[in-house]
Amino acid sequence: MNRHRDTAPAAEAVDHGRRRFLATGSLTVSFALVPGAAALAQRQTEDAAPTAAAGAARLPGNLSSTPLLDSWIRIDADGAITVYTGKAELGTGIRTAFIQIAAEELQVAPAAISLVTADTGLTPNEGYTAGSHSTADSGTAILNAAAQVRELLLASAAQKLGLEAGALEIRDGGVIAAPDGRTLDFGQAVEGLDLHRNAQPASRLVDPRRHKVIGTPMPRVDIPAKVAGGASYVQDMRLPGMLHARAVRAPSYGARLVSVDAASVEKLPGVVKVVRDGSYLAVAAEDEWQAIRAMRALTASAVWEETAVLPTPDTIYDTLLKLPAREIHVGERHGPADPAARTLHARFTKPYLAHGSIGPSCAVAHMEEGKLTVWTHAQGVFPLRGGLAEMLGMKPADIRCIHVPGAGCYGHNAADDVAADAALIARAVPGRPVRVQWMREQEHNCEPYGPAMITDVKASLDASGRVVDWQYEIWSNSHNQRIDNAGRLMPSNYLSTPFTPAPPKPIPMPEGGGDRNSLPLYNFANFNVQHHFLPDMPIRVSAHRGLGAFMNVFSIESFMDELAEAAGADPVEFRLRHLDDPRARDVIELTAKEFGWDPRRRRAPNRGVGFSFAQYKNLMSYMAIAVELEVVPETGDVHIERVVASVDTGQIVNPDGVRNQIEGGIIQSASWALYEQVRYDETRIRTYDWSTYPIMRFSDVPLKIDVHLIDRPGAPFLGAGEAAQGPTPAAIGNAIADATGRRLRDLPLAPRLRESYEA
Amino acid sequence: MVTLTVNGVKHDLDIDPSMPLLYALRNHLQLNGAKYGCGLGQCGACTVIVDGKPVFSCLTPVSSVGSRPVRTVEGLGTPQQPSPLQQAFIDKQAAQCGYCIAGMIMRAQALLDERPGATEAEIREHMQPNLCRCGTHMRIVSAIVAASQALPKRQADNDAPALAGASRQENQA
Amino acid sequence: MSSKKKIAWTAAAVVIAGAIAACTYAWQPAIAPLAQAPAASDDRALLAMGARLAELGDCMHCHTGKSGKPYAGGAPLATPFGTIYATNITPDVETGIGGWTLEAFARALRKGVSRDGHLLYPAFPYPHFTRMSDEDIAALYAYLMARTPVHAPAVPNELVFPLNFRPLVAGWNLLFLDEGPLPPPAQQQSDAWLRGRYLAEGPGHCASCHTPMNALGAEKRGEPYAGGLIDGWDVPPLNALNQARKPWTVDQLSAYLRTGVASEHSAASGPMRPVAHHLGNAPESDVRAIATYLLSLSPAAPAQPAAPASAPAADTQILKPGKALFDASCAGCHAAAAPMRTLGERPALELGSTLNTDSPRNAIQMVLNGNPWAGSSAAHYMPPFGSVLTDRQIADVLAYARAAYAQRPAWNDLPAAVAAIRKENSK
Repeated sequence: MNRHRDTAPAAEAVDHGRRRFLATGSLTVSFALVPGAAALAQRQTEDAAPTAAAGAARLPGNLSSTPLLDSWIRIDADGAITVYTGKAELGTGIRTAFIQIAAEELQVAPAAISLVTADTGLTPNEGYTAGSHSTADSGTAILNAAAQVRELLLASAAQKLGLEAGALEIRDGGVIAAPDGRTLDFGQAVEGLDLHRNAQPASRLVDPRRHKVIGTPMPRVDIPAKVAGGASYVQDMRLPGMLHARAVRAPSYGARLVSVDAASVEKLPGVVKVVRDGSYLAVAAEDEWQAIRAMRALTASAVWEETAVLPTPDTIYDTLLKLPAREIHVGERHGPADPAARTLHARFTKPYLAHGSIGPSCAVAHMEEGKLTVWTHAQGVFPLRGGLAEMLGMKPADIRCIHVPGAGCYGHNAADDVAADAALIARAVPGRPVRVQWMREQEHNCEPYGPAMITDVKASLDASGRVVDWQYEIWSNSHNQRIDNAGRLMPSNYLSTPFTPAPPKPIPMPEGGGDRNSLPLYNFANFNVQHHFLPDMPIRVSAHRGLGAFMNVFSIESFMDELAEAAGADPVEFRLRHLDDPRARDVIELTAKEFGWDPRRRRAPNRGVGFSFAQYKNLMSYMAIAVELEVVPETGDVHIERVVASVDTGQIVNPDGVRNQIEGGIIQSASWALYEQVRYDETRIRTYDWSTYPIMRFSDVPLKIDVHLIDRPGAPFLGAGEAAQGPTPAAIGNAIADATGRRLRDLPLAPRLRESYEA
Repeated sequence: MVTLTVNGVKHDLDIDPSMPLLYALRNHLQLNGAKYGCGLGQCGACTVIVDGKPVFSCLTPVSSVGSRPVRTVEGLGTPQQPSPLQQAFIDKQAAQCGYCIAGMIMRAQALLDERPGATEAEIREHMQPNLCRCGTHMRIVSAIVAASQALPKRQADNDAPALAGASRQENQA
Repeated sequence: MSSKKKIAWTAAAVVIAGAIAACTYAWQPAIAPLAQAPAASDDRALLAMGARLAELGDCMHCHTGKSGKPYAGGAPLATPFGTIYATNITPDVETGIGGWTLEAFARALRKGVSRDGHLLYPAFPYPHFTRMSDEDIAALYAYLMARTPVHAPAVPNELVFPLNFRPLVAGWNLLFLDEGPLPPPAQQQSDAWLRGRYLAEGPGHCASCHTPMNALGAEKRGEPYAGGLIDGWDVPPLNALNQARKPWTVDQLSAYLRTGVASEHSAASGPMRPVAHHLGNAPESDVRAIATYLLSLSPAAPAQPAAPASAPAADTQILKPGKALFDASCAGCHAAAAPMRTLGERPALELGSTLNTDSPRNAIQMVLNGNPWAGSSAAHYMPPFGSVLTDRQIADVLAYARAAYAQRPAWNDLPAAVAAIRKENSK
């Protein structure tokens, strides 16, 4: 029996018998069971998962905040295995990876595992699926929970069979076998076994050398449906009586809806309701095309009073530099060093970047008898629930948010906003499910962007070509305006009683926000890093994949090349000169070798090679990348010919999954670095479609990408989702400098390259 | 009443003639493959094949289709029995979020129907109208190349059983 | 007289004229080739000037073929006389102009004579380049000699006999080549106008497309800037810029030429697109000068608007099918409240020449082909509808748009026109 619930948008019913810890709310009951637990706060990481309950701090991964084993694993009387994760499948393949992890430790076939992902009614609260924490924190929890459940099953079976647990083994098909031939299946073994107990700090994990599933390129369980039109996305949901809805968005931030002809739209065929609340405007209809036509009609008659004043695009960086800053001292080091022989200085800039999800955000909501269910591809169903509860004046317990995959979100896009739309409209048409789809222009125009940033670096070399001093500064808005309160849900800002977004809070290091990856991993004798955190946000911003890492690694790794050149050193050798961490050295050396990096190569006209390295957050995956490209001076076109990357993500669960993420991350961040910038003027955001926000198309995709993996069996999982976004842009910038002698420090690179030829 | 022939089956739909084909497929025929990505003909997530040509179903009015046969990804194969091209996508694990993939497959299928031995360069050029944001391009190309190489010319002629009997409408007034 | 007969008669005329001109013009001496290309200049100002002229002259567009290697030639130019392939003007000695001296280069631009003495076809608009100054020609030479050499042999032309006999061009030159710089203007003009005239008549060679051609492929002397037909697109008359829905201004025309779109007109499409792309790389002052000059070619006063009385109302029964098509295919971008208009500030359909002119040709081409992407960069993109809509449907939607937006009298025989243009395109 195929137990994969990978394509089931319809929600599993909450089993109150089993999941009794949810009786009065998921977290409060946990208090009672974990004596002395303090109020569960959120971890100060990007994923804001709950912090460890006292006494549970030593548990691996997110077991520390959700210590009960049956929060993670359920074995039914018929032997069916269900694994729960508070993380969501965003398209990175973690659904498959977690199935592999559970299958490995439970010693069953992957097909025997049903995985339930983020659902406030069913799963642990693991905060947001973000920051590459999924495998590291949830995967680790599942790894250990599964191992411990396995041992408990064996112990229970042993007791039933009157044997020692060590005499039993688990065979194919989840069968517990005794030497004398007697067998029990999991359903039989679990009888009388209460998994409603805390995990232990240590687990008997399967020896990595004997892994049968972890470390194998198991094909993703969700791909067959996606290539053949199976229902896979929240966009594919069809509930009985479901209405289609569209929101009508303000043309600029904070605009006031002065008037609109709702009456004639209400008479249009199929229109069920026009929802107007202050400046919030939406329409629901029986059919989707009717909803779109109604939206267009409302848009045509709507009169808005606009007051937004946006920064002048040509001077945005000057504007940001002058904003009031909250000073954050990120880190420093002092040590003896030889005197400085040469000092270099550079400033780098990054524009606002859009997430650019191919599928604009969508949500389905159903208000029935005072209870609300929302199907959403938001990254954090628990925080979303909290925000919706506040917005609607409801109790969180009366709201259930269920994650259903959408298109890739790459951070905080409009997924939470559209859930708010769906909730507001569902409230206006109780009893009928409502599906809200944002239009392309709404997604591009209204979503929160990755913030514009400025970095400034000054470093000195001694006479022997070693960096002796490094001063680094960052100016940036918050990279995390997630759902701390209802006001963070944009539709709530337009209600007649509007909600105000909670003030921005920086994410502290070691995770960081704008300062993520700003501490150099290199062994500089002296460094100082300062983050000028800018609370005023003239343009709506939030988390964009990798947060500050993209810009900080671009800056650091570009500047390392500038220093290497000043030192007369080869870029690869220069980096190795300053790195002790053997895992960092490994990826650098492997990339250089596989690329054929030749320190003595001659520079061919208009062709260049570039190198770059980073360890994500200085904590997670290591990646080194080399790029070879050609520049066409007459057009400023950049043709990336080949890319070689090596990555160390700790213990690899699914090597093909890692490769897919790294290849994808290389192309995605190459597009960010080469082409992307949000367009705006002093009154409105002007990016509204792909022509005003072009991204890389097939014509510009690299001709060849090779990813080499370094597996560390038994080591902690480090996460692959954001490993490539840091180092890739610098490798490209370094290769362009190698090809043309032009050092580009302002993103995006392609227009700057063209401009440099026109000068 | 609008009549559409989709994956070889004729449907009479009581729908607004100005409705784009995308919504007829998704909401009235419950087909999930073609997706809303932009509604502007810029991303290709809605790509289906009409009378042998890849088109943006988001901009194709149902009233314009007539008797021209419409093919969607569901007409190529199922998750349990994928077509050779779909199987190539599975073999190459050519998807991350997967939202663009059905559109990619239909655009590629249209090429392979015309030019079974298409080269990688031809494939890249042909796929230009379709966007992928996750960066799965290498695998998408690799899957199409694999399918292209595995598809002998004569098989391409046999490869449209669903269209048997549906006539090709000429592009004439 | 059929066009074939016309060509035969005029070919005969050319043969006779050419024979007369044989001694003086047909056979030019070769200029000795250089053994290797001159070293690339390091005079940045000179190279910048040359780059500027190359953009103003749009050289790269004709001289770059499918390989995409700039200036390596191979791009076909369809003429009424057959197809001519642009040459390789990279500094490759064997297949490009790497062996050309400045003297040879200047002679080519001024007289249409190749280094080895053979005559160039006036598809290469030397009758315009002949207006260029010595300094500009030298700068352009330096710029081209600093390009990356590409080994790409010339693609043989496919011309109708006897026009593939090059010495006949001597007769053509006798009749139509007015060598050397422009004469001073009849009356006093501003610096911008003078600069604009130099650029438009010289490197810009606007009249090559914007003036109708006679049977010999030369610009009709009596009808300068009266419009033309290039690659299946109507080329608008530049002496009638006052007839636009909103008369052109220097600001609007400069914006159009530099950015490819004018907010009170429309987007550069078809053969004009690459011209605007390259002018966007030229200094704004140059483009404004061109706009200043071009505007002076039209009368100042706005023309009388076309009589709306004979235009059918847009909501009549006959236009219903077109409206349904428009709502599905076009309104998402082109409706007044659509984001392309409100956020993108792109021009309204009713303002552009496409829907307003007497011929539906350009409107048909737009709907069939759209405006394609240019690699991964920003563009005034429009999707193509050639595979989506039948000829009848394109006719219906255009009839609706013409009535609803342009509010002009209906175009005649639209379905036949669509079919004919589709057939033309497929050749």
